[in-house]
Amino acid sequence: MTFTTPAIEWAPTAPFIVVLGAAALAILVEAIVRTPATRRLVQLILSLVALLAALGLVIVQWAMLKGAGTVVLEGMLTVDRQSLAWQAVLLVSGLLGTLLFAARTRAGEEAFASLGAASPGSTEETLARRKGLQVTEVFPLALFAVGGMMLFTSVTDLIFLFVALEVFSLPLYILVALARRRRLLSHEGALKYFLLGAFSSAVFLFGAALLYGATGTTAFAGVGTGIVGASGLDPIILTGAVFVVVGLLFKLGAVPFHSWTPDAYQGAPTPVTAFMGAATKAAAAAALIRVLYVALHPLAWELSWLIWVTAIASMLLGTVVALVQTEIKRMLAYSSIAHAGFILVALAGLPDQAVWALPFYLFVYGLATLGAFAVITQVRERGEDGTVLGEATRLGQWAGLGRRSPWLAGAMALFLLSFAGIPLTAGFVGKFVAFGAAISEGGWPLVLIAVIASAAAAFFYVRLVVLMFLTDVPEDQEDAIAIDYSPLARVVVIVTAVAIVLLGVVPGPVLAAFENAGVLLIGAAG
Amino acid sequence: MLDLIWLVIAVPLVSSGILLLAGRRANAWGHWLGVAASASTFVVGFGAFLQMLGMAGEERSHAVHLYSWIPGGDLQLDAGLLVDPLSLTFVLLVSFVGTLIHVYSVAYMEHDPNRRIFFSYLNLFVAAMLLLVLADSYLLLFVGWEGVGLASYLLIGFWNHKPAYATAAKKAFVVNRIGDIGLILAMGLMLASFGGVDFATVADGVSGASTATLTATGLALLLAACGKSAQFPLQSWLGDAMAGPTPVSALIHAATMVTAGVYLIVRSAPVFEGAPDAQLVVAAVGALTLIMGALIGMAKDDIKKALAASTMSQIGYMMLAAGLGPIGYAFAIFHLVTHGFFKAGMFLGAGSVMHGMNDQVDMRRFGALRAAMVTTWVTFGLGWLAILGVPPFSGFWSKDKIIEAAFVGEGVQPWILGGAALVGAGLTAFYMSRLFFMTFHGKARWTDDQHPHESPALMTVPMIILAVGSAFLGLFLAVGDRFAHWLEPVTGHAEHHDPVMPIWLIMTLTLALVALGVWEAWRRYGAADVPTEAPDVSLATVAARNDFFQDSVNRGVFERPGTHLTRTLVYADAAVIDRAVNGGAQGWPKTGEAVRRAQSGQVRSYAATMVVGLVIVVLIVVLGGL
Repeated sequence: MTFTTPAIEWAPTAPFIVVLGAAALAILVEAIVRTPATRRLVQLILSLVALLAALGLVIVQWAMLKGAGTVVLEGMLTVDRQSLAWQAVLLVSGLLGTLLFAARTRAGEEAFASLGAASPGSTEETLARRKGLQVTEVFPLALFAVGGMMLFTSVTDLIFLFVALEVFSLPLYILVALARRRRLLSHEGALKYFLLGAFSSAVFLFGAALLYGATGTTAFAGVGTGIVGASGLDPIILTGAVFVVVGLLFKLGAVPFHSWTPDAYQGAPTPVTAFMGAATKAAAAAALIRVLYVALHPLAWELSWLIWVTAIASMLLGTVVALVQTEIKRMLAYSSIAHAGFILVALAGLPDQAVWALPFYLFVYGLATLGAFAVITQVRERGEDGTVLGEATRLGQWAGLGRRSPWLAGAMALFLLSFAGIPLTAGFVGKFVAFGAAISEGGWPLVLIAVIASAAAAFFYVRLVVLMFLTDVPEDQEDAIAIDYSPLARVVVIVTAVAIVLLGVVPGPVLAAFENAGVLLIGAAG
Repeated sequence: MLDLIWLVIAVPLVSSGILLLAGRRANAWGHWLGVAASASTFVVGFGAFLQMLGMAGEERSHAVHLYSWIPGGDLQLDAGLLVDPLSLTFVLLVSFVGTLIHVYSVAYMEHDPNRRIFFSYLNLFVAAMLLLVLADSYLLLFVGWEGVGLASYLLIGFWNHKPAYATAAKKAFVVNRIGDIGLILAMGLMLASFGGVDFATVADGVSGASTATLTATGLALLLAACGKSAQFPLQSWLGDAMAGPTPVSALIHAATMVTAGVYLIVRSAPVFEGAPDAQLVVAAVGALTLIMGALIGMAKDDIKKALAASTMSQIGYMMLAAGLGPIGYAFAIFHLVTHGFFKAGMFLGAGSVMHGMNDQVDMRRFGALRAAMVTTWVTFGLGWLAILGVPPFSGFWSKDKIIEAAFVGEGVQPWILGGAALVGAGLTAFYMSRLFFMTFHGKARWTDDQHPHESPALMTVPMIILAVGSAFLGLFLAVGDRFAHWLEPVTGHAEHHDPVMPIWLIMTLTLALVALGVWEAWRRYGAADVPTEAPDVSLATVAARNDFFQDSVNRGVFERPGTHLTRTLVYADAAVIDRAVNGGAQGWPKTGEAVRRAQSGQVRSYAATMVVGLVIVVLIVVLGGL
């Protein structure tokens, strides 16, 4: 048996190498730098530098790219404009997410547990907290997640897709478990996320195996030609295709594969929720596009049922159940389920426009998500003695926030209106291009439902706005809430809010750039 | 001036922002900034108007390109403004009446600690309303549409410390969202069938579209118009919207915003020309609402709610006219303008009465206010004569034309539509006279602590100016069909059609019914004593007092099924998924043991949900594919 070394194209793979290499380096930092304070600073700088460098490399490649793109690593990876656009979206989410990871309260409290392994309420935990220990591993974990997601958007091989899936999922499971407060809830969310994630990975892998069995290859393009070549409609191919897509729908958080979302969103440390909400959805949508348009395109008609049913179910359940939530993170979790439905609407009938509309949609959705959760990190409960405690996530606690802190509440209102798709926010433009994509392929009834769902969804977004601005705080609750301005979280809020307004009012240039990302390079059949 | 028209949107918008952000230090001068911003829009609008008067008829459509909003291959969207006689008419109406109401509010809101915020919202409203009427595409119109909705919502709930007022604001929001769905759907249909949502593309695309598409688009637009203009079946919010401060009721819920639906229909004339069925529905909705509003107006004792019902009814007239096609468009807008003057004037009069009567709104507690508030009585009286359609006051010129136009046609249609319009005129005369007599005539039925007095000049001067408009504007615009000629470039030239009855007969019948209505109202409410408690009367009156049970209908048809759907889905989600989590969240200070036990059970059921989902999906796809 001979083994040929694959040719490695360094330039197109550079962003991945930078991010994942920095993650590996960061683990060494954990071992070498002893003082927690220094270590945290080194990790933060390393992460930011790596992400910025990768973003720079992506932009340079975008500018230099001629033709559709390049196929690298023997067809395992395709770096085309589509891939670069998604990489940029993920890197921006990663950057803003990292800033939130590093944000601290005025009292210097982090969002993460001081010792992840200590069981909640134990002496060990108290001791660790008193010693000022910190879990700085969150930074390398986040880098691994970003790197894995970037790969996830660009791979064109089922096996490599699975590897990328695990590379970004495993760090997320750990991150979800690291909340400083309400640790049981955090552990619970993480465990559920992990178990169900493992389950969906198995489903995905099973589907990949079936497709390999039927077509004899794991390369996307090869699977595509294999399906065309198969005589009639093979149930094995269909089942395999459905299993692969379902594995991705799980990551997207679409009904009925959504059950992990509310728990993970609620339990995770809020910065992790922000990053996960923004980035995981983007990565899942990217992979879904590549799988559907390249590998499974011959099955477009058969799979359209799957997309229609899950889209409708997601929009309906997400919207309706969000209406009755009383916990803000759970409400946003259900809202994210509804958004998974909107994303699927754009994919109905696999229109060409969806290929560039979805990166834009996920970009603005990610910005609003990061911004909204960044606001949540700053609204805190205050104890009897005046100390600032954990986040105030019960909706009722947000009453009168607009009086107390008009800018913060105003920014939150902006993010919510963007979720709702109100004109002059970026969310409107995103919905407009995404739904426009569906209309172009006759996905009419689906858009109709989406429009009605958006209108209904506006209720629970606006309910929070009303609560913040038009509801008075009960007398005895005046001092129960503290606004804890953390400079880094504030940076995230400002950046995302400005971006949401700009992209809502003058989306032109950015939209034009995304439009160029609307071409998928279909690699050679392997 | 035409190219500077964007200033009328930008100036009040900036002013609104300044007022909102400036904080308390702006309390001393903030309201005057608001007035100045509003006045400047009138100056610019009037300049544009003079410039347009100097142009020939066919040149009177001026596009102002702002920038490319959503550029793209198939879906190019530009942000641009369209200045033509129709939009300029609205600009002048909104900025003129708006400025007067700003001035009035300076005095009316004097003792309110949040007066600066109030002016910020008013400016926001002016900016959004002008954007709505100046937009050159449905999408930009939609931005203004949402903007006026937001301003209206904020202003209805301005005194939100009273829970009922906050509820009213919420109701307006909910109903308006239903209307918005109509507009979004219409835009979707336009994108799909014409490839664009600007007025020009739609007008060009109409000839190639099927009648079914146009009818669907027209009905979706009508739904939008019904939501915004409080037409049947979405009328229920307007009465509750009276919770807002009275100047708001005058500006937004009488003169301008609620007429946006009529604007939408007239602006969409090309669509409706290709869809006669949709057009007929528009006319029918208008006719139904005008009768319904009049009946509700007859039964209300709250002066503002009676006026709100009257607004609903008068907009019904406009809708009816807009549904008649080219012969009606000009009259719809004409009536909209005169109504803007006399109804705003009467609302301000009602505000003045409330100002002098400790915010009392129950007409059964008024009476004999004529002597105490002479200016209010005279200005209100002129508005009253105008809405009655007594010659030569404004309403006569606009409303009678609508009644005549409604009688044009073939078959039973003119008899039904015309009959409704005719009967409506009599009913209007009755309920408006009832309101007028109960308030200003008869015996004083005040409570002990009330000492009616005339309002300050800042309030009466705007009322006087509006009253002059109520008296003479109609005549001025009607002479030589000035107004119809002015609008002709937009609405098209209407062929003259003869009504099914001679015009002199229609006019005589109308005036006779009006006289009858006034006489009956005088007999009951002017000459006779009015009880201070509403008497128990017929079922019909009770029905009208309760807005024909619209709230109950809404509850039965929309709210209950909605609640059940929510409960079912929440239950389905909770039974399988959520219970343990919520339990865990609430009981989290308890021992970890209980949570952990619940947890392990639940993950199994989570996975079960996924497996079931997976199996169903596979079955659908595989069986569907075979």
